[in-house]
Amino acid sequence: MWLLKLAWKNLWRNRSRTLVTQSAIFFAVLLSVTTSSLQDGVFDHFVRNMVSYYSGYIQVHRAGYWEQQTLDNAAVRNKTVESVIANHPDVNALASRIESYALASVDEITKGCVVIGVEPDAEPQITQLNQRVASGRYFEYNDQRSVALLSEGLAKRLQLPVGDTVILISQGYHGAMAAGKYRVIGLVRFGSPELNDQLLYLPLPVAQTFFSAENLVTSYVLSLATDKNLERTAASIHRSIGKKYEVMTWKEMMPEVDQHIQTDKGTMYIISGILYLLIGFGIFGTLLMLMAERKYELGMLVAIGMKKQKLMVVLLVESVLNVVVGCVAGMLASVPLVWYLHVYPIRFSGELAEAYQRFGFEPVFPASTDGWLFIVQGIVVLAMGFLLSLYPLLKVWRLDVVTAMRK
Amino acid sequence: MDTIIDAHQVTKTYNPKAIPVVAVNDVHMHIERGEFTALVGPSGSGKTTLLNLIGGLDKPDTGSIVIHGTDITRLSANQLIDFRLRNIGFVFQAFNLIPVLSARENVELIMQLQRAPKAEIRKRAAILFDQIGLTDKMDTRPAQLSGGQQQRVAVARALASRPQVVLADEPTANLDSKSASNLLDIMSKLNREENMTFIFSTHDQRVIERARRVITLVDGKIASDTARVDTSHRHDVQTNPE
Repeated sequence: MWLLKLAWKNLWRNRSRTLVTQSAIFFAVLLSVTTSSLQDGVFDHFVRNMVSYYSGYIQVHRAGYWEQQTLDNAAVRNKTVESVIANHPDVNALASRIESYALASVDEITKGCVVIGVEPDAEPQITQLNQRVASGRYFEYNDQRSVALLSEGLAKRLQLPVGDTVILISQGYHGAMAAGKYRVIGLVRFGSPELNDQLLYLPLPVAQTFFSAENLVTSYVLSLATDKNLERTAASIHRSIGKKYEVMTWKEMMPEVDQHIQTDKGTMYIISGILYLLIGFGIFGTLLMLMAERKYELGMLVAIGMKKQKLMVVLLVESVLNVVVGCVAGMLASVPLVWYLHVYPIRFSGELAEAYQRFGFEPVFPASTDGWLFIVQGIVVLAMGFLLSLYPLLKVWRLDVVTAMRK
Repeated sequence: MDTIIDAHQVTKTYNPKAIPVVAVNDVHMHIERGEFTALVGPSGSGKTTLLNLIGGLDKPDTGSIVIHGTDITRLSANQLIDFRLRNIGFVFQAFNLIPVLSARENVELIMQLQRAPKAEIRKRAAILFDQIGLTDKMDTRPAQLSGGQQQRVAVARALASRPQVVLADEPTANLDSKSASNLLDIMSKLNREENMTFIFSTHDQRVIERARRVITLVDGKIASDTARVDTSHRHDVQTNPE
């Protein structure tokens, strides 16, 4: 106990130096936690926007579908499987889809498009498709009419207004001929030109009939409350439904997006590393000064009978206390700041905001309140403190009393 | 007589591979319990080196140093620290005390290291502060004490572990004559009343006059070893704080 007391008193022997060191740690932690939480928040927001656009967090297909995306690899709808998936604790919503390509034709104009059969009531829970209707209206509940929703770009290319009819020609299940005409009841708008120029939605039973694929689906699309346990949830669902199905996360379906996020995070880690390195050198400088100042005193303590191990404990406690005080203060100060940025996220304005909105993304910069962010920064700073405290420990271990006390 | 220190053929050379400097050269020395001995000699004569060797702070190249039956030249570094803690008290020239601890805490530190019971630590510290006449300064930080008072606290700390011998390296070098005289009064009183053995290196004529034995070193060798008449009884111990 008296060793701790001695360490605490030593810590405050030069009050301003200790305060400067602790302030450096305080600001490093505050800055790191805030930037990390902003970065995580932005990526979370981006992913949430992106998966709610089309893919969902997780998709379940018949095994092999993703490799060869044809109707012949569609799965037979299975109520038991659907129930197992829907009842998984992490799953928020489940929607079935059938999806293939077709030629859309109006008068003299023909364009290729992606035909997606969706459950009118379940789909909005995942993609908010009903909110993307720019003109006309959305499907009715349990709609079984021959009606279609067209993406705005596709409708423009086909010069097709709401209320007109589109002809679809395609190849159905097992090579069956697929043809049908559908009344356009609405146009949906997507920010992404890729989606906006080629999507055509039909009610699921109508699409199944069109493709001669009664009771078949190409994918079950899942929404999750959070993607923190994404891989674990996917694996758990896969275990429950068996190897006849493949369960894919959005990261597997869109690896380029995941790579972009990882690269961006990597850059942030490097910036944080540089920040901590600078702080580390600052602390190291203080330690160098401190050890030079106390050389005689340390020699004297060993001379009068204090074992080097005890002296090392005192110095270790001093270093750790110094780091812990700065670190805890930084963490505590970052809590209200991060909370504020979470509740009142930074909002983009001007052209940047418009660009975001065009792609259907909310132009905001929210902060993540994930507790791990605070803990990880704390661990990093503590580890740095321990690492730096090796210097005084080494100096004490190699201390020669006579040399240390030589004036 | 009870021999406290028996140094035999002690030699210490610095820079043996470059330009060797023989700091202590074949020194033989016996110190009996209760002696009040001054090591004198010109600068570079080896006083501090000999004191460091006796105190186990440095190791001789040859020879043996037996303190109260233990040959300290054979002890490991850790054993030496332990030995110093229990058998040797040190008073250095300056910067003796830990600045962040109060005078009392500085004295108690030694007993804390010895893991003495708390009650005994408190009691012993109170006695020692009474002996050095600084009871009212127990809770004062060293920076608020004069040089003389600091050296008196250093003496109290040196005695806290009830050592076999107290080694003092130029204890009065940084003190004015009044403080020096006061410190010497306290040391000689403790020497007389508690039969405590003191050895101090010094240039200070006032200290030499008070010593009962004066060993003169020249070029690392003992040039003379003279016993003197005890005159310390003529001085009253001044216990008033400076």
